[in-house]
Amino acid sequence: MQPDTSIAISVADLTKSFGDNTVLRGITMDVPTGTTAVVMGGSGSGKSVLIKSIVRLIRPDAGEVWIRGERVDQMDEDDLDRIRLSIGYLFQSGALFDSMTVYENLDFILDRHTPLDADERGDVIMEALEWVKLPEHANKFPAELSGGQKKRVGLARAIILQPDVLFYDEPTTGLDPVSVRLVSELVKRLRDDRGISSVAITHDLLCAEIIADQVFFLHEGRFVVSGPLDEVRRSSIPEVSNFYRQSR
Amino acid sequence: MPNADASTPEALERLERRRSWRAQQARARRREQSVILHGFDEAGALSLFAWNFIKRWYRRPFEGRELLHQMDEVGSKSYVLTAVTGFAIGVVLAMQSRGTLVRFGAEAVLPNMLALSVFKEIGPVITSLVLAGRLGAGMGAEIGSMRVTEQIDALEVAALKPFHYLVITRVLACMIMFPVLTIWTDMIAMSGGYLESVISSDTDYRVFFNTAFESLRFSDLIVDTMKTSVFGFIVAIVSCFKGYHVKGGTREVGQAAMQAVVVSSLLIFLADVLMVRLSLMLFGAF
Repeated sequence: MQPDTSIAISVADLTKSFGDNTVLRGITMDVPTGTTAVVMGGSGSGKSVLIKSIVRLIRPDAGEVWIRGERVDQMDEDDLDRIRLSIGYLFQSGALFDSMTVYENLDFILDRHTPLDADERGDVIMEALEWVKLPEHANKFPAELSGGQKKRVGLARAIILQPDVLFYDEPTTGLDPVSVRLVSELVKRLRDDRGISSVAITHDLLCAEIIADQVFFLHEGRFVVSGPLDEVRRSSIPEVSNFYRQSR
Repeated sequence: MPNADASTPEALERLERRRSWRAQQARARRREQSVILHGFDEAGALSLFAWNFIKRWYRRPFEGRELLHQMDEVGSKSYVLTAVTGFAIGVVLAMQSRGTLVRFGAEAVLPNMLALSVFKEIGPVITSLVLAGRLGAGMGAEIGSMRVTEQIDALEVAALKPFHYLVITRVLACMIMFPVLTIWTDMIAMSGGYLESVISSDTDYRVFFNTAFESLRFSDLIVDTMKTSVFGFIVAIVSCFKGYHVKGGTREVGQAAMQAVVVSSLLIFLADVLMVRLSLMLFGAF
């Protein structure tokens, strides 16, 4: 299968099992360039496995994954690293390197992947930190930051190489409503200002309302419904309607 | 317990819960029975991990700064510990041997005996075991906690080659620094033995050290010191392997750190036996 070039991320018949436990059962999705797809679903529905399979942190058992027209599920390590330079990933916990300061977390990536000198890197880092509204925290260690601040530093790190594609693993889980709105608005701005295509997994309805162009609802390893958020919310499928009723 | 009436949804659910619990118990029993198979699995995975190191250590990216940082971590934070250990070994070995040697009228060979024991066996093995305790637990816990907090995934997804950054640097640092720390510990042990000799029999330092080193061949020193490079490889590769493959949370990180020390200590003894045998075959007995 060769996907349409207007599709940034394409997944076809993706399957993944761990022992006897089949987590993904033939997932198919297309994310058009410059849009944000949100994967929703209850805990244990396979959301994290799906997003990790797309970026090959987990190797899928079967199916195809295409990112910007290149098939990644069978790529060798060097090609995979080349593709990874054009993608960013925001981890649920931020996954900041805890032995480094905020500044060093960002510099670590820039230093290894760009020819910039220390001063130029400093400018790029401070610009990224200003964008997430945390320039004054550059010299702090991750342990000194709140949950929301860690996510924003994680976001700054994810976009430091100016990727075309971004993946968000529960970008607002554990945050207060003000921080949820702040992080979600930043995610939305990345799409609107920079045209970044992205996949976000979340069970946070407020976040989905702000960032989603289309929603895929995952239940027991399958998408049971997909479309615009309002349409998905009106679904009569019991698992979906229950989920949104409980989320209110 | 009354029989469940399977006609109601609650009873069906209760039956299902019991069935699931029994299945879990059966799985747990099977896991216990397969402990030997699990051991073979681990040995295979560890060998593969070590093979990955051999295949990749000379390939880009070269993490020179991190290698120096790790050498500093291994060396500067361990030299006091190994010095104290070496000093105690030297003093105790001299005290314990002196009585026996005096009984046979062979007190003059004490420095020879001390040098042979320290340089050929006790120094390399004890230094490596002490370092296995200090470094193995640290590496297992550090890399393990990076795994469970997704920091290793973050390195991977940023194309930063975590195996190069975390594993290759640590293994090379240990392979380089173990022999250095062993020579340091050996010298401190000999100094401890000399101090005991001064206190017990007012031995002249020139006599003590001349007698000590005349019994050693240069090839012995090289072979017996360099074998600690293999011990360094064992400690680092086992500890990194245990940390790298942690699944779960803090409890599993603690277990990985503990297992790193136990497994690397056992493998040090095993490797020592094999290398002594090999060295005797190649260079003959002293």
